[in-house]
Amino acid sequence: MRKLIQFKNIVKDFDGTLVLKGINLDIYENEFVTLLGPSGCGKTTLLRILGGFLEQTQGEVMFDQIEISKVPPYKREINTVFQRYALFPHMDVFDNIAFGLRIKKQSEEIIKQKVTKMLKLVGLEGYDHRAVTLLSGGQQQRVAIARALVNEPMVLLLDEPLGALDLKLRKEMQLELKKIQKEVGITFIYVTHDQEEALTMSDKIVVLNEGEIQQIGTPTDIYNEPENRFVADFIGESNILEGIMIDDYRVYFDDKEFECVDYGFNDNEEVDIVIRPEDLDIVPLDMGKLTGTVVSSLFKGVHYEIVVKTQDRHMIIHTTDDATVDQEVGLHFFPEDIHVMSKLGAY
Amino acid sequence: MVGIKKSRWLPVVVVGTILLFFYLPILILMIFSFNDSRSLTVWAGFSTQWYTQLFRSRDMMEAVMTSVSVALISTLISTFVGTLAAIGLSKSRKVVKEVVLQVNSLPILNPEIVTAIGFMLLFSAFTIQRGYTTMLLAHIAFSIPYVILSILPKLRLLDPNLAEAALDLGATPWQALIKVIVPQILPGIVSGALIAFTMSFDDFVISYFVTGNGVKNISILVYTMSRRINPTINALSTILVAIITIALVLINVLPMMKKKEKVSYE
Repeated sequence: MRKLIQFKNIVKDFDGTLVLKGINLDIYENEFVTLLGPSGCGKTTLLRILGGFLEQTQGEVMFDQIEISKVPPYKREINTVFQRYALFPHMDVFDNIAFGLRIKKQSEEIIKQKVTKMLKLVGLEGYDHRAVTLLSGGQQQRVAIARALVNEPMVLLLDEPLGALDLKLRKEMQLELKKIQKEVGITFIYVTHDQEEALTMSDKIVVLNEGEIQQIGTPTDIYNEPENRFVADFIGESNILEGIMIDDYRVYFDDKEFECVDYGFNDNEEVDIVIRPEDLDIVPLDMGKLTGTVVSSLFKGVHYEIVVKTQDRHMIIHTTDDATVDQEVGLHFFPEDIHVMSKLGAY
Repeated sequence: MVGIKKSRWLPVVVVGTILLFFYLPILILMIFSFNDSRSLTVWAGFSTQWYTQLFRSRDMMEAVMTSVSVALISTLISTFVGTLAAIGLSKSRKVVKEVVLQVNSLPILNPEIVTAIGFMLLFSAFTIQRGYTTMLLAHIAFSIPYVILSILPKLRLLDPNLAEAALDLGATPWQALIKVIVPQILPGIVSGALIAFTMSFDDFVISYFVTGNGVKNISILVYTMSRRINPTINALSTILVAIITIALVLINVLPMMKKKEKVSYE
């Protein structure tokens, strides 16, 4: 695949606050890339730099091998779906979608064809002459996507586009967006703070925090092999413990030594350890690798969320079997359930 | 507590009196524009002689032309400048915006006579010959603050992403302004233009101080005539009232008719 966009050491300074601290990122053709992070992590700033609405303080943005920092937004082959859609209220659905084509002075005949095709793609056939102000949030969303895609950009930027929709509609739109991306076959760069959304849709996730990239990887990489404490904590629920790596495949925490599958650390290096709640099992007292007392049990639908107080901490466990509060239990896990992370690069 | 008791007649009497105070003077003025004598108080029969005189009087017609053309040109220019200024201000840093807005509202709060003398001194300091051009310049200047003030609230309601969306879709900044921003703030621009027109058409104090060379608008002409006033003034006023009434009716009735059309169309 061809490298389409390269961020080279992007730094952005807003009146003395560093919002981006040297971002290096390559984005390929045809990828669904998600910039994921908490609010204020710089993800939207990075997107706006790519869209041409902000200029970086330092660094280069390469688009198709050409540096584009000085190119104004209206000359970039990039279109954006804005957070609150930013549809033009004085135009109907058709005129909104046709806006970009009319600016390019295409013939009305071609415009009609393209807009009709787009309306079909986003499932709004027959809505041509509705007022956009009378559409529901989900429909406005679709118009915004059609308005951007009709220009046949090489890259589509989406700035938390599903934020204003309710949960059910959001899930529907997630699948639909993924489908649309496959159909039009262009690069989507998606900004969100919702980790589940990122895991569902992306080919590649870029986790950002405080203006720095924490990890780049596929959804499975990010979930199963978080590189540091921040990523582990941000993506899904986790039990994060501190320990010492005694030797390859041997880790020490909570006054005990455990077998694990990690290696390549210094001897006796201090490390962070993640054990996902769904990897922990409640077993009879004598069979557990750790023991403790059940503090609480919450029914969550698919599973119970059980909190067990061990000698050193509270552990969260997701299991389909209920446990009684105040019961003494053992906790079991396999060596591959222990995930060891270097403290370097942690926040 | 008898007065508090619900009375059917009290509201009618109060509103009736208020309306009478508003409209009786205008009504009398209109009636006497058709008077057959020079008197402004004694009715001597119907005639249209004052209308004929009005259209024959060069002074009167020139004053009307001056008032109308100054009002039109100053409205056009001040609306254009004020719109751009308001859009610029809405994108400015907060400090700049607040300072400029304070400066902007100064001429509005200032007594008109102070502004008028200020203009007069300015023009004489630069030894500019006073006349039509100076009057026009002054009218443009005092109208701009009103235009800015009537557009800014509309801009505040505008989604900041709209302009960006237009740029994103390939529009140049100028196209984004014309195709997206201006249609959104059009109600503000129209009301700004109407205020500017009225302010200019009405103005006496500032016009009186900045004009020269015999250039008079309607208010100045009426003022200079007030010693030997005659019913041509009534005739002129009647025509103005008629024009304003027709304009108001059109402004209020047309949108209603449009709405009805739309409803029946749907």
